[in-house]
Amino acid sequence: MNYIPNTDADRADMLAVIGVPSVADLFHDVPEKQRFPELDLPPALSEMEVLQELQALADENDDLNHVSCFLGAGAYNHFVPSVVDSLIRRGEFYSAYTPYQAEISQGTLQAHFEYQSMICALTGMETSNVSHYDGATATAEAVIMALQVGRGKRSKVVLSPTLHPQYRAVVRTYTQGMGIQIAGEDAPLGDLAALAGPAGADSACVVVQNPDFLGRLYTPAEMQGLADKVHAAGAFFIVVTDPVSLGLFVPPGQYGADVVCGEGQPMGNALSFGGPYLGFFATKLSEVRKSSGRIVGQTVDTDGKRGFVLTLSTREQHIRREKASSNICSNQALNALAAAMYLAAMGKYGLRTVAELSYHKAHYAAGLIAALDGYEVKAAGLFFKEFVVRCPKPVALINQALLDEFGILGGYDLGSDYPELKDHMLLCVTEMNSRAEIKQLVDALEELAGSDDLAALDGEEAAQ
Amino acid sequence: MSEPLIYEISRAGRRAVSLPACDVPEAPFPADAVRADLPLPEVSEIDVVRHYTRLSQLNHSIDTGFYPLGSCTMKYNPKVNEVAARLPGFASLHPLQDALSAQGAMALIHSLQELLAEIAGFSAVTLQPAAGAHGELTGVLIMRKYLYDRGETQRDIILVPDSAHGTNPATTSMSGLKVMVVPSDARGNVNLEILRSLTAKHGPHLIGLMLTNPNTLGLFDENVEEVVRLVHEAGGLVYGDGANFNAILGIAKPGLLGFDVMHYNLHKTFSTPHGGGGPGSGAVGVAAFLADYLPGPIVVRDEDDEYAWQMPAKSIGRVKAFWGNFAVLVRAYTYIRMHGAEGLRQVSENAVLNANYLQARLRDVYPIPHSDRTCMHEFVAQGKLEGAPGINTMDIAKRLMDFDFHPPTVYFPLIVAEALMVEPTETESKETLDAFADTLIRIAEEARTDPELLKTAPHHAPVKRLDEVKAAKDMVLCYGPGCGG
Repeated sequence: MNYIPNTDADRADMLAVIGVPSVADLFHDVPEKQRFPELDLPPALSEMEVLQELQALADENDDLNHVSCFLGAGAYNHFVPSVVDSLIRRGEFYSAYTPYQAEISQGTLQAHFEYQSMICALTGMETSNVSHYDGATATAEAVIMALQVGRGKRSKVVLSPTLHPQYRAVVRTYTQGMGIQIAGEDAPLGDLAALAGPAGADSACVVVQNPDFLGRLYTPAEMQGLADKVHAAGAFFIVVTDPVSLGLFVPPGQYGADVVCGEGQPMGNALSFGGPYLGFFATKLSEVRKSSGRIVGQTVDTDGKRGFVLTLSTREQHIRREKASSNICSNQALNALAAAMYLAAMGKYGLRTVAELSYHKAHYAAGLIAALDGYEVKAAGLFFKEFVVRCPKPVALINQALLDEFGILGGYDLGSDYPELKDHMLLCVTEMNSRAEIKQLVDALEELAGSDDLAALDGEEAAQ
Repeated sequence: MSEPLIYEISRAGRRAVSLPACDVPEAPFPADAVRADLPLPEVSEIDVVRHYTRLSQLNHSIDTGFYPLGSCTMKYNPKVNEVAARLPGFASLHPLQDALSAQGAMALIHSLQELLAEIAGFSAVTLQPAAGAHGELTGVLIMRKYLYDRGETQRDIILVPDSAHGTNPATTSMSGLKVMVVPSDARGNVNLEILRSLTAKHGPHLIGLMLTNPNTLGLFDENVEEVVRLVHEAGGLVYGDGANFNAILGIAKPGLLGFDVMHYNLHKTFSTPHGGGGPGSGAVGVAAFLADYLPGPIVVRDEDDEYAWQMPAKSIGRVKAFWGNFAVLVRAYTYIRMHGAEGLRQVSENAVLNANYLQARLRDVYPIPHSDRTCMHEFVAQGKLEGAPGINTMDIAKRLMDFDFHPPTVYFPLIVAEALMVEPTETESKETLDAFADTLIRIAEEARTDPELLKTAPHHAPVKRLDEVKAAKDMVLCYGPGCGG
């Protein structure tokens, strides 16, 4: 099946108009010995067969419809109202291109203007772009913006050690070869004040995540305290955040952030094994011309009627080429549209309810686990929906048993990113976890703490 | 036709979702951390449905009409792709769950890595980059790291033809490297004489060349092997921009032509929807000697025949969180499996046939600088019409909207004045191509007899021509207090 409407008769007619004898004659510019190479591919399947094959592959996975999920660490299992996927499936949205021709793209443009508006409302900022690829690349773009503003005189980037480890890795990839210095990652975990130390006249920015990768929520006063020191050093204060947390907590725009960015997946986007997600990115009006990514602006048509266009394009690659603020072209527009639909449907009270339910359930789970023998909940301060638990056995073993014996997807194993947190897991609880599921997790953890099977497995692993 | 903003239909007290009651004891909130107000809209479910349905109806899309946007490959997006990507076994998978609990998804990733490598003639592929430009950044970082690992740290120049997409020079700058532009020759190829002098002069400082082939004039470079040879001879590497790969599936393999690195645009060539600007996927393929430099982790098959994540030994690092735009990968995989080798070759043959047919139908009406050559999947005409001095490409583009056609790409490539870049794709019928050609011929006539009709177009779109200068000046970038304007 190839979706090609041309018939043999059509092809013959078209070749006659073109004036060549055969389709193969259209390719004489390709070096002859390289022309028409064999492609060693499996034979073509019909639609029915391909769906059967895909279903078989899908069935091999333990998806969240069959297990209960306490895993987060940057991708979150939140409820998606039916309206979101129903509307996002409209071909008028998903089969359109970037809205360069504004007059026939008002649907996408207005929806993205509304997305920008709701992201501004959520983050407490003045402008938002229409997305970066994900939370990690949005963070890297924020760092690059700060470096560009620093014009080479400010070449140090301070990253909190509790910024998502993969985000720190992406910042490192993006900035390799720029001759910059990355500092801050050796600061004590959770010590905000320690990040002010490395921030000096040579620093372009300080990047902090709140709630941080380990789940800890810093108060607006703590964050403002750091923001003041960062600003005193003349650097940008970049805050990475969970948009659902902003349904309940004071937004970074109210405690001194110059850029607020992060992973937008929790707003109406499926987990989909890691993508496509969207990186949201919001900043101040005074910084918008230095930022990257598409932006929609309001204007009027020749009749004076309101309409929307892509604007401030002189920052972008298709106009500025090597002088652009970034090379970004395609972004995550459809995911941003899903996020807009999610925020519209959730509204003022729905998002707050999601955040409150996640908060209450996470605290309920933490309380029960803290009471278990062998486990310790390591929540030094406030937290939102994630918290760290020290386990009596290696996390990998506990997770394997949780999945195999109880149908539970356990928490993120922190040992590989933070050697000092060996045997520590990061648990996540959202509105999707019922009280019964939480109880089941707690009972399972209790059982596994004393399980000889696990001890045996542990020994087996040690022997290997 | 207009639709109010979602904020303008908000009424206090309306709700569009029902959430469960709290079934656990409530924990106290930290009072000083709780926000006072959350200024999001309050609407009912039917408000949401009608609002976005009406907005969708203001869009032109592939599902509603022809979309001959050059270098964007706006082919039909098969519906089966959407079903495949939403199978719960894919859509409800957490990216960080244990590899052994996601073997089906990893098998699909592994297969797609191998399928893409075979189609373009490369040794190894990463699926992590999220878009074409992201793939370019990945490729350039790979080239630099490979050369620097050999001790050639003085290399800092990338050659970019003047016909290149804007992302190529932007990527080069973003990587901290210098751009040097190579002009095209009279036949639309890379100018070999100038390339020779550039490689002779700057050879030891070259990272390499970024080449789109077929290029943005829609032409397959007649000297591609010589171009590649010259860059390699200077110690540089050749990067292939795969934006125009739809022209050469089963026709030529870039890896065999000597390209060292290439990105694929799965959202162009492999039918995944553009989504109003994304998501895409910019998978990157490399020759064997660069395989260790790929970003990762990528999927490998281990000795137990299980799929596992592995970071390539000399990797440039991660370019994105997690593994790539997986749901986009599922769609591309579906497309490739439904086509097979013969089907993919038919895709390119018909894409090129359709473009040449349109070029033939229009070449006596619109100037087409290289119409003496056969084009590949696209061609570039000019909106300069004899007898219509006041009419430009933008006028023609806007008038096309009145006939329910999306305009071609306009004013690109930059090396052709008043460019109209037309890419019909293989999924359009001869009837559609004829209707489009007839319309462009009619518009050329209108340009002479009634230019005002074009100057004031569009007449039947949801809005008339929009004031872009005002938008950039006023900077009204969101709704509500503190949003400018």
